[in-house]
Amino acid sequence: MRFLGRRLVHGLFLLVGSSVLSFLLLELAPGDFFEEMRLNPQISPLTVAALRHQYGMDRSLPVRYLLWVRSVMKGELGFSFSYNLPVSGLLLVRARNTLLLTATSALLAWILALALGIWGAVQPGGWGGRMCGGVTSSLLAIPELLMGLALLSLAVRTGWFPSGGLESLGAQELSLWGRLKDVAWHMALPTAALTLAAMPVITRHVRSAMAEALEAPFLRALRGHGIRRSRLILTHALRAASNPLISLLGLSIAGLLSGSLLIEVLLSWPGLGPLLLEAILSRDIYVVIGTVLCSTVFLLAGNFLADLLLYASDPRMRVS
Amino acid sequence: MKKRARFRWVLAPVAAFHVLILCPGFFAPYDYAEQNRELPFAPPTRLHFVDTLGSWHFRPFVYRWSAREDVFAAYAYQEDRARSYPLRFFVQGARYRIAGIIPSSWHLLGADGEAPVFLFGTDNFGRDQFSRFLYGGRISLLAGLLAALISLTVGGVLGGLSGFYGKWPDSVIMRIAELFLTLPWLYLLFAVRAFLPLAISPQQAFLLLVLVIGSIGWAKPARLVRGLVLSVRERPFVLAARGFGASDIYLLRRHILPEAYSVLLTQAAILVPQFILAEVTLSFLGLGVAEPAPSWGNLLSNLQKVNVLTSYWWMAIPALALIPVFLGYHWLAEGLQAKLGVAPL
Repeated sequence: MRFLGRRLVHGLFLLVGSSVLSFLLLELAPGDFFEEMRLNPQISPLTVAALRHQYGMDRSLPVRYLLWVRSVMKGELGFSFSYNLPVSGLLLVRARNTLLLTATSALLAWILALALGIWGAVQPGGWGGRMCGGVTSSLLAIPELLMGLALLSLAVRTGWFPSGGLESLGAQELSLWGRLKDVAWHMALPTAALTLAAMPVITRHVRSAMAEALEAPFLRALRGHGIRRSRLILTHALRAASNPLISLLGLSIAGLLSGSLLIEVLLSWPGLGPLLLEAILSRDIYVVIGTVLCSTVFLLAGNFLADLLLYASDPRMRVS
Repeated sequence: MKKRARFRWVLAPVAAFHVLILCPGFFAPYDYAEQNRELPFAPPTRLHFVDTLGSWHFRPFVYRWSAREDVFAAYAYQEDRARSYPLRFFVQGARYRIAGIIPSSWHLLGADGEAPVFLFGTDNFGRDQFSRFLYGGRISLLAGLLAALISLTVGGVLGGLSGFYGKWPDSVIMRIAELFLTLPWLYLLFAVRAFLPLAISPQQAFLLLVLVIGSIGWAKPARLVRGLVLSVRERPFVLAARGFGASDIYLLRRHILPEAYSVLLTQAAILVPQFILAEVTLSFLGLGVAEPAPSWGNLLSNLQKVNVLTSYWWMAIPALALIPVFLGYHWLAEGLQAKLGVAPL
């Protein structure tokens, strides 16, 4: 348990570190949200100055950081200039959508990768190995951007899938089951893109970990005891191979979050990605910082989950 | 043996590709900004071998596109079969500079009588997509290569110092590296880009992207180099050299850097495509190199418009042409790993 506690403290340290880093970068940035207003002759310099004062933009950097920390304590995460709302309210909805997308994709990618990787490890020279190698290396060469564009063109050319959004118009009137189906239909393309992008790397790790586990002497002994092949692979070998794979689970979430940023923009999924892009283009800095921190929280949560799983699955972790 | 032979097969096309992309002036038939306002969204020029009378020509020839009299089809073209234009090699055309210095006007491809040859079709301003792809490749590829160089240098130096000296420099550098590694890297890239000016010239944008991408990617090479230095530092031959009074700098230069060489080379093959993709992504979303200068990212951003995606299939050729680039780098990295005996990462 001390191990988990240490990881939590470490996570907090990372969060504080990344927020300080963001504010330092902010100081280097030329211009801000109100700079654009100066170009407008309709707005007097006095108004701009008053607005800057109102949002605390005329204070020094440490003061602004402390003000921001206070607003984080209040659960507001700063204030969005362009939406005129506290950032946390904006983030909450978007973060939920991103979480929905990445969690589903992670699940699918891991199921596919486990199946393909185990198949590849069991028959290294046969069909399994060939399929596994071929699929992973061809998918690795196709970047997420191109995958997203291909799926977008599929959507607009055939009309089988919606080309964006979370729900159809008037989805509120559908029954619960109807709404679920509607969301699933909208999720299909972004999920497919993310799954296909995340799968190959995981598959390779599954395959190499499983190949290593299958070579282990204890497995030969078990085979000698006459344990069924399917049980040998799915219970004993997989369990032995699980340690590096669970560590990979945390890392794969980082990859999925990065990927989802782009895919969400491309396929118009109302998640953190479009919000971040919009905020960058309008210099809405607290939204940028909030989004980056939000993604870090997701990532830390993923890593923490991986640690918990590791703790549960590997007795060695519990001893030391 | 088989692996080694395969490695040579991979290296040759990747090298050829770089030559093609890094001297676009000669291989591109036109300048990247040359507009043909009367030919927006013209399909790729077809190469013909058989003429209207049915006789065979060994030298391929092309026809001009002419706008079709069709009110309902926007930008519909048909071939004007009245006159054919044979394809020529090594023709005079738009002026350019080889490597930015030597002026030249020779081009690999062209047709007689100034008939345009659009291998990848044209965009909304009637600019040749093939030329834009090659010129765009120069920006994207160079950005990837330079950013990887920066990352590897910074990562190599910091990782080397960290592993060699240990103690507090090690823990400080590694804590910062961990911060960079933990944040989802595209979010980090966007965040750093967010704090930099938006409206800038293509040259500034290029330098900015190289610096931003290069300065974000240093953490992974630093970690790898640190691990390597830690293990090399305790090897007998290094201890012996130290015993003979070798200075720190001598040890680093003579014994430790050569060991890091293979790791850095393999990392380069992994980082370059990743950084190319970073540039492509930023330019695609309008945060990188802007028009009229082409980059692979802003070429692809045409595809964000639904009408382009549905009506003009040739606008997607640059996207497909990127796949061999990434595949080549991918194989190169695998080949290097097998050849140099570096564990796959």
